[in-house]
Amino acid sequence: MVLLTGDLGFKLFDDFARRYPGRFINAGIAEANMMSVAAGLAMQGWNPWAYSIVPFATLRSFEQIRNDVCYNDAPVRVVGIGGGYSYGPNGPTHHALEDVAVMRTLPNMTVLCPGDPVEVELAVRASAIHAGPLYLRLGRAGDPVVHQSKPNFQIGRAIELSGGTDCSLVSMGGILPVARKTAEVLAARGISARLISMHTVKPIDGETIRRCLAETGAIFTIEEHSLIGGLGSAIGEWMVANGAVGRLHSLGTADEFAHSCGSQAFLQQKAGLTAESLADRIARTLRGHPC
Amino acid sequence: MNRSLAAPQSAATPANALPVEAGLRALAGAHADRLREIARRARGLVVKMAHDGRTPHVGSALSSVDILVALYFSALRINPQAPLDPDRDRFVMSKGHGCMALYAVLSEAGFFPPSILDEYAVNGGRLAEHPGPGCVPGIELATGSLGHGLSVGAGLALGAGMRGIGARSFVLLSDGECQEGTIWEAACFAAVNRLDNLVAIVDYNGLSAMQSTLPALEPLADKWRAFGWEAVEVGGHDLEQLTAALESAPRRQHAPTAIIAHTLKGRGVSFMESDLEWHYRPPSDEDLRKARLELGLTP
Repeated sequence: MVLLTGDLGFKLFDDFARRYPGRFINAGIAEANMMSVAAGLAMQGWNPWAYSIVPFATLRSFEQIRNDVCYNDAPVRVVGIGGGYSYGPNGPTHHALEDVAVMRTLPNMTVLCPGDPVEVELAVRASAIHAGPLYLRLGRAGDPVVHQSKPNFQIGRAIELSGGTDCSLVSMGGILPVARKTAEVLAARGISARLISMHTVKPIDGETIRRCLAETGAIFTIEEHSLIGGLGSAIGEWMVANGAVGRLHSLGTADEFAHSCGSQAFLQQKAGLTAESLADRIARTLRGHPC
Repeated sequence: MNRSLAAPQSAATPANALPVEAGLRALAGAHADRLREIARRARGLVVKMAHDGRTPHVGSALSSVDILVALYFSALRINPQAPLDPDRDRFVMSKGHGCMALYAVLSEAGFFPPSILDEYAVNGGRLAEHPGPGCVPGIELATGSLGHGLSVGAGLALGAGMRGIGARSFVLLSDGECQEGTIWEAACFAAVNRLDNLVAIVDYNGLSAMQSTLPALEPLADKWRAFGWEAVEVGGHDLEQLTAALESAPRRQHAPTAIIAHTLKGRGVSFMESDLEWHYRPPSDEDLRKARLELGLTP
């Protein structure tokens, strides 16, 4: 294993660097180069992990990931910190609302968006033995824990956190605590919502989608990501390709840059991504109104 | 971790060569004659591929032929019979658009039978206008978008050093490609990480697709030196100079090596030399006939 960073993660890697001398490389503020270097390391048999803030890890170095990592099928783990509005106050340059859309278009790429720190640890362990290129979308340090015990984690297999019969809330990434709270608010209003963490967006878990549609009638996707190309799109694509019938409603961020500065919580609120707002919209939609 | 390397040896120089200077010179001369002959045949193959495939970039490919011959017949420690040997030297054709020359030289070196060259730029064929990963034995990785290869080559060099093997990484860049910012990201990275098993060769023919590259690049050797590299300038069609420069790396401990190879676009076919037209134009039947005659090959 080799860990590369684009000069980010101050003090974060000190312990790793001390314990594994020579396996930690600060590649400097040059993310595109870092991704290609990682591809070269993989071709020499190493297991490279390349880390930066999401937009720099994915968007700036997109063609390097496309050609050098994915086209060559080099087993590089691209690790993005700061999914969604995690870096809220840093502004839209640091927001991560397009990364999943972009990463999942790449052949050979697997896309993981674990929902809480428990899933992150399991996702990292699963990634370490994964054969091909992989993108791991993280939130930020201090994200709340959702799972009280370790769930069974398999790449490509969604996790059901709680059962429900009226609809399914399918959540992607670090917004999982909000999705859980939404299910609780809905329950208080007499709506039984199933809660799913779709930690693998590619390959998508079609079996879970099929079951949610058949058993609950409607899927609401919840993601701190653009509605263009994110989890809702991925599930919609799967439904179209597989002739699945059912209701799908996507709840995410609008096709716009954040207009004002603010914390993650503030920007989530502006985007309607709070439990109360989501529950309102879901309840209204279930009564037959537009989402 | 020790990334320093012993001085490379020529794969083509027998270990039991007589230690007599005259003998060595004769041997080197004979070797160079053989390489020139291979380069001449490879040029013929390149023009034929461009003609048959109706593809551009014949000028870019002809520019690189001698560099590739010096690499595959002298510098690279690589065995065509075991092209995936994990301890091999790696070659990255960063100027992927010149890959007709690479295909021709790999075929000459015995990586695959020459009949496979007929699959160049045909539907369903293995040889694309930019090489795909492992499309044929000897192709290490996909290239085609400029500015990627030096970074991957740096990763390959770093990874070899970390494994404690003496393998080196050679990357062929086009001069126009040096306008890409990632080249200089990689230049920084290689110097900082003291990759003296990394060699970049710039095919400096002075022309990109539409213009002269000189105003953007000069002074090119000084740029590499300023980034912490050892830079040397050679005639890019002089097989003795090329071979010597390739085998002289690393020229300084812990420093990566840049070889600025001064070349002519379209080299070897008089009417293609230094003419921008031949970045794009495929050779006609008549062009092919004239070119092969000039090269002393049967049309």
